[in-house]
Amino acid sequence: MDFTTHVINGLGLGSIYALVALGYSMVYGIVQLINFAHGDIIMVGGYSVYLIMVMNGLPAWIAIPASLIICAVMGMLIERIAYHRLLVHNAARISLLITALGVSMFLQNSFMLLFGSEPKAMSIFDSQPINLGSLVLDFSTLLNISVSVVMMIGLQLLVNKTKIGKAMQATSEDAGAAKLMGINTNNVVLFTFAVGSALAAVGAVLYCNTYPQIKPDMGNLLGLKAFVAAVLGGIGSIPGAMLGGYALGVAESLTKAYISTRLTDAIVFSILILMLLVKPTGLMGKNRKEKV
Amino acid sequence: MGGTKKSIGVSYIINTTLVVLLFFVLLIFINTGVIGRYNTQVLTLVCINIILAVSLNLVTGVLGQLVLGHAGFMLVGAYASALFTKNIGLPLSISFPISLLLGGLLAALFGVVIGIPALRLRGDYLAIITLGFGEIIRVVSYNLEITNGAKALSGIKSLSNRQNPSPMFIYAFLIAVFIIVILFTFGRSRHGRAVISIREDEIASESMGINTIYYKLFVFVFAAFIAGVAGGIFAHNYGTIDPAKFDFNRSVEILIMVVLGGMGSITGSIISAGSLTILSEKLRDFSQYRMILYSVILIIVMLFRPSGLLGRYEISVPKILRYIKKRSSNKKVPPEAREE
Repeated sequence: MDFTTHVINGLGLGSIYALVALGYSMVYGIVQLINFAHGDIIMVGGYSVYLIMVMNGLPAWIAIPASLIICAVMGMLIERIAYHRLLVHNAARISLLITALGVSMFLQNSFMLLFGSEPKAMSIFDSQPINLGSLVLDFSTLLNISVSVVMMIGLQLLVNKTKIGKAMQATSEDAGAAKLMGINTNNVVLFTFAVGSALAAVGAVLYCNTYPQIKPDMGNLLGLKAFVAAVLGGIGSIPGAMLGGYALGVAESLTKAYISTRLTDAIVFSILILMLLVKPTGLMGKNRKEKV
Repeated sequence: MGGTKKSIGVSYIINTTLVVLLFFVLLIFINTGVIGRYNTQVLTLVCINIILAVSLNLVTGVLGQLVLGHAGFMLVGAYASALFTKNIGLPLSISFPISLLLGGLLAALFGVVIGIPALRLRGDYLAIITLGFGEIIRVVSYNLEITNGAKALSGIKSLSNRQNPSPMFIYAFLIAVFIIVILFTFGRSRHGRAVISIREDEIASESMGINTIYYKLFVFVFAAFIAGVAGGIFAHNYGTIDPAKFDFNRSVEILIMVVLGGMGSITGSIISAGSLTILSEKLRDFSQYRMILYSVILIIVMLFRPSGLLGRYEISVPKILRYIKKRSSNKKVPPEAREE
């Protein structure tokens, strides 16, 4: 395995982080909440594919859209049940964070009770090595990269060209002013949760395809790393989240190859601490001035 | 609050008497065997959890910053102190207190390293960084030689034994009381008020000349220190530790104690830490439902009573007594004895 292969594998892994990071970043941009439950939405996506494909034997082209819809609905439900009341009442941020944590724990532990805590094996697409000149790459790596690029372009179009996308931008800029302009900010928040969760489901499908197993706590570390990616790229920025995801994936892949496989997570984490020390707004984040 | 100087003096006397009384009653029960070895261990665990809960209350309740890796600091303290007493070769009665201090200091060092980048910024970075720290320190200690990896670190000597079952409890109880007294006095000092003002409005307190970064860091590192000490007692209370004992669920358990008791209320944390510890020991058979129940409680409490059950109220026996006296002198039946 040479350097180029490691980098491309890292990009493949980074694509998954990027897709999940987009959800964190979008939600944070709109309501300034670190949605701890986002990582567990990935887990829900993985289990819904498992339920449909493995347990009921339906084909992938049904399972994947179904899991997207399940996750989007789940995201909206979480927003309405757990966060909405606090957001409307302008509650302290620590209350929101603790609620998000409660949702995350609830999802994880109830899935553990439903499906058991042991990992379940599952493969979605047949993965065959592909030869590109001297490079030998997994099909899943190329799939990850291309899906993530398509998703990002789609999301950019959605945010910049459509009406609801512009409403999202307005709400994140200034929710009060957006409301005065006649934007239903409650629906915008709901829509953001739905899109973010659907992206997490895409991430889940790619993740299960690359590492063919699921378990109830799979969202923990994946969610954490995706959050690191979002901060790295500049939280609130869509291209930033993608860039952060790719950078983190490559860093992780190179660490595994050249430094240590055991300490990968610790190194990824030190990247976050270094980034916060040097440039807390992230690679592409805007420096927001504070107003009193 | 407060009252005259005389009533404050009376309050001190009443509180001290009650604590001393409680201590000696429990001690006599333990030494005469009324409370067995297992229950003594549980009582020690109650003290440890009280220490953890009041220290987390300082950061999350009083300062208003969410910390999700308290178990990580506990892990650092537990391993540091256990390895110290195992390898130093001094008699345990000398090395144990030193090891607690050492565990606390090492935990505080980690607190500085992750506190500086997180607390310089406004916002919720501390929550996610401590969450990451808790996970990473666990993974790292699984893979290190010195912590004996995923195999548990065993053979940690305890001061308690069959003939003399009480020393661990005495240590835990006295340290808990000591820390609670410090936190109460801290809360009423100039520094405590500065910390509260940061919780209420960071920008305003900064413009009043309060060094917010210094205070945030100080409180966070102090809490990490206390968690490290608690970890040291924990390790010596059980004799065996492995990284799984200090996972994310433990951090959440401590958080639940703080949230349920009331964010900012020390007595609330003490009461909920005590009752939840005993409850979860007695309900071991339902442990798989426990975390689901905890999470639902967290969400419901946050939605309907965001400051926790007690809020910022402190339960105080002298106040209750005064209340009853006032009521009975008015020839009325004393009502429920819980009052600000």
